[in-house]
Amino acid sequence: MKLQLKIWRQVDRNSAGKLESYQLDNVNHHMSFLEMLDTLNEQLITNKERPVEFDHDCREGICGQCGVMINGIAHGPLKNTTTCQLHMREFKDGETILIEPFHGAGFPVKKDLKVDRSAFDRIISSGGFVSVNTGQAPEANSLPVSHETAEQAFDSAACIGCGACVATCKNGSAALFTSAKITQLALLPQSEKERKTRVIDMVNQMDKEGFGHCSNTEACEVECPQGISVLNIARMNYEYNRANFFKHKK
Amino acid sequence: MNTLARKILMAATGLFLCFFLLIHFLGNTQLFLEPEHAQKGFNAYSKFLSNNFLIKGVSYLLYLSIIAHAIYGIIITNKNNKAKGSYKSDHRGRASKWYSRSMGVLGTLILIFLVIHFQNFWYQYKFGEVGLDPYGNKDLYGVVVASFQNSWLVVLYVISMIALAYHLIHGIQSGIRTLGLFHPKFVRWVNVFAVIYSIVICTGFALMPIYIYFTT
Repeated sequence: MKLQLKIWRQVDRNSAGKLESYQLDNVNHHMSFLEMLDTLNEQLITNKERPVEFDHDCREGICGQCGVMINGIAHGPLKNTTTCQLHMREFKDGETILIEPFHGAGFPVKKDLKVDRSAFDRIISSGGFVSVNTGQAPEANSLPVSHETAEQAFDSAACIGCGACVATCKNGSAALFTSAKITQLALLPQSEKERKTRVIDMVNQMDKEGFGHCSNTEACEVECPQGISVLNIARMNYEYNRANFFKHKK
Repeated sequence: MNTLARKILMAATGLFLCFFLLIHFLGNTQLFLEPEHAQKGFNAYSKFLSNNFLIKGVSYLLYLSIIAHAIYGIIITNKNNKAKGSYKSDHRGRASKWYSRSMGVLGTLILIFLVIHFQNFWYQYKFGEVGLDPYGNKDLYGVVVASFQNSWLVVLYVISMIALAYHLIHGIQSGIRTLGLFHPKFVRWVNVFAVIYSIVICTGFALMPIYIYFTT
């Protein structure tokens, strides 16, 4: 199949970017979206042009590295799919595809389709962990977790941190990402000790990174490759209110 | 103040205003009575409200809530506009309801309506020249009936109630989740409740000017 591509090209963080058009003639409809971009880059390198830079890693839909806006939709038209798992059979022969990087105040563009998502790392570092002594694994039965709770925590832990929620949100809010980690840890007994400080620290870090307010439009859940529920956000709000209500005065 | 604290303030003031709407609505249903009964009841009710010190306290809380809700709405919208990304091709709208993305616009319409609404009745009652009814109460009912002879005002009220209905459908469920309700079953109930509450209240309010326009 033949494709007309319009891709966001930006030399570095500080320069202004713009859309550039490319023609691609030999696209196989079995190719993944990233393989299509690889094909384009081969063509560009052959023509001694600068290849299009984009993030990717596992190409199996589980690492959260890839992710671009395809025709104005995060990860493209197919729901609950990462960009790498999107195949060219979803597009028509001769179609024009517009590709832009995820971006926002918390997500500056580094180059072309590559985005600096280290804000997410800093949110996790601010409290998305359990402080435990290293050593031998404790006796499993000493910390009973019901099957249901474990499954719920796992549903929240399924977030791959791709940033589609921020890109899709009309407010550029990172509430879904932050709340998924807070909910996962709030459900498990190992993380109980840091429950109050965690939510306050992570919310403050989320704000410091410049992300917007959640207005519960629920668009993030719809476009999330992992289908992370917006109820995680409600849970984060609950945890935040609880932590403030029962805060000890210093 | 962080993003969550601002949203909690929006939710708390918004839900208080929703509760006020119910009381306002129940009181105003007297307008649907026979004219003589409506005049007597409505005017006595208005007098009772304006003389009661408890209601006076609540009314100041109400003005404060409206102002805080509007100001924080503007602050939040401004910050969100700075945080969001803009795309040359944007089809993100497929993932959410239009009214959930248009709370600012709907809110502005409602604020404009409120200014007109306060001018029509609140200002007239407090500072305007209002005659007395046969029972010696200020005839607010007469002001209401006279105002709704103007078909443009009736249309304006009906359109504003449509905006309010959509604002409430999203606002109630969003506000309650902001306060921390996360259980899937109760969230579903709240969603249904929000739709029913908004439609009943706003349809009821919209019918008042229409009823008066066509019956008097």
